[in-house]
Amino acid sequence: MDWLFLTEVFLAGLGAGALYAVTGVAFVLIYKATRVVNLAIGEILMLGGYAFFGAAAGWHLPAWIALPVAVLSGALVGAVVERGLIRPMLGESPISVFMVTIGLGSILAGFVQVVWGADPLRLPEFMPSAPIFLGEAYLAPKVAYGFLAAMLVLAACVSALRFSRGGVALKATAADQGAAYSVGIDVPRVFSLSWIVACAVAAGAGVLVGAIGGISPTMGVFGLSVLVVVIVGGLDSMVGALVGGLLIGVVEAFAGTFLGGEYKFLVTFSIMILVLMLRPYGLFGTHEIERL
Amino acid sequence: MAAQHLLEVDNIEVVYNRTIQVLRGLSLVVPKGRIVALLGSNGAGKSTLLKAVSNLLGIEDGAVTSGAIRFEGEDIAALPPHALVRRGLFHVMEGRRIFEDLTVEENLTAATFALSGRGLPTPSFDRVYAYFPRLYERRKGLAGYLSGGEQQMLAIGRALVAEPSLILLDEPSLGLAPKMVEEIFTIIARINADEGVSMLLVEQNATVALAVAHEGYIMETGKLVIEGPVDKLIRDQDVREFYLGLGGAGDAKSYRDVKHYKRRKRWLS
Ligand SMILES: Nc1ncnc2c1ncn2[C@@H]1O[C@H](COP(=O)(O)OP(=O)(O)O)[C@@H](O)[C@H]1O
Ligand SMILES: [Mg+2]
Repeated sequence: MDWLFLTEVFLAGLGAGALYAVTGVAFVLIYKATRVVNLAIGEILMLGGYAFFGAAAGWHLPAWIALPVAVLSGALVGAVVERGLIRPMLGESPISVFMVTIGLGSILAGFVQVVWGADPLRLPEFMPSAPIFLGEAYLAPKVAYGFLAAMLVLAACVSALRFSRGGVALKATAADQGAAYSVGIDVPRVFSLSWIVACAVAAGAGVLVGAIGGISPTMGVFGLSVLVVVIVGGLDSMVGALVGGLLIGVVEAFAGTFLGGEYKFLVTFSIMILVLMLRPYGLFGTHEIERL
Repeated sequence: MAAQHLLEVDNIEVVYNRTIQVLRGLSLVVPKGRIVALLGSNGAGKSTLLKAVSNLLGIEDGAVTSGAIRFEGEDIAALPPHALVRRGLFHVMEGRRIFEDLTVEENLTAATFALSGRGLPTPSFDRVYAYFPRLYERRKGLAGYLSGGEQQMLAIGRALVAEPSLILLDEPSLGLAPKMVEEIFTIIARINADEGVSMLLVEQNATVALAVAHEGYIMETGKLVIEGPVDKLIRDQDVREFYLGLGGAGDAKSYRDVKHYKRRKRWLS
């Protein structure tokens, strides 16, 4: 075994894992506030990638404008979906809301296919391309910058949850909606803001994912890995999303390298089942993964 | 006339799940500055009445199907619960409902949302800690680790942060040792006397409730059966027998310290 090679696989895994983690945080945010398992998170990520493409390649805008365009379109979709689709379903069974998010995912995938076609596309280059070495180990620059960006967003989300007044409102709403109302928290606003922020984060992650692997209407399957990540980490735990994301990223990288790409899912799903048997709430979760 | 009362519940009926009727034509008032006790056995509909007043009924699929509830003279039907809190009507729910995974301080911070849009200065929690020094000692700890009595203190502390003019208190004595009940009710009486906050107090412990209250209502299965000033209730033979557990003679367990505050308040006013 070659240690340098192993290190490189490990670093690549961390890079991919950071993107899982940050998308996982978006998922967790929605789940915490509204108890909705949002299966469309992968397609919202995809939409972010396409929005960046549309702005940067279609309108020839510079990346520093195209990136906010992508993030804002995610926020907009989050606002519209929460208000128009999810809020009216308050009180319905979790399974029907879950189905609605699956439907939403197919609509978004169909939409980008109609607008941009079915073929994979490459995002215009916008990150520095000088090779990066950690010691002797080579790291693809996009993966390295993607990792850094994802970690920054993650740190911002985790500290906001821990230290801000809005974080208190979210945790209170997650713990006990009735009690949150009773102390004056505008619970519907917490719902709405968490969808907006989560979808903005997912769309931003889509730009990073697209920059590394390109974009296509099937890019939403990324959401499947994210689902594994949050089930392993705990549906309601941001720290769980971080740890689960990095873990699954690294495991996938090794499985892909040594067993072949087709074994990635087999390995990660096995890990998921193992974790669920030992800890039904996931590694860091406090809430039972309910009625799915 | 009627509009002098802070809270008016006017002949309301409440139904859960569109089928189960729980309140049948119930009316009561809470005058400014007073503590009104609402007594009755388990399942009578006391908590339901409080949830109707704070508009928290909706999230349990309950609804007021007739009658009206007015707070400061205004019909509350269209106001969502958080908006009512921001107008000064605070509901300390049954079972305390503190956020167990949050620290004591975060629980108080959560209640600062009650001040949104009211142009009040940024709250400090000093006043809460002055009433409940034990909460200050434990402010960095998780609320879930507090004792039952301390959790009740925290639930009342959250109400204090919210600067209410009316507090609805649902069974603050529930599950607490007698000594703790006395301590909590002494503070309830003090908050009323010192801050002029009105209270609608639901209790099964009639003795302690009547020790702090000025007026009382007694309800059975969705309807009021007896009402009047506390002095009169205490002399009522039925109340003595069925609610205070007293025979003919005998004296109610005293709660002397609790009554002290009430007396002082009356004496002042
Ligand atoms: N969410 C609910 N759905 C249906 N029925 C309820 C609900 N809450 C309370 N009830 C019923 O309403 C009646 C009054 O309950 P409640 O107001 O909690 O009484 P109390 O507080 O006086 O003990 C009880 O018969 C109870 O079973
Ligand atoms: Mg009750």
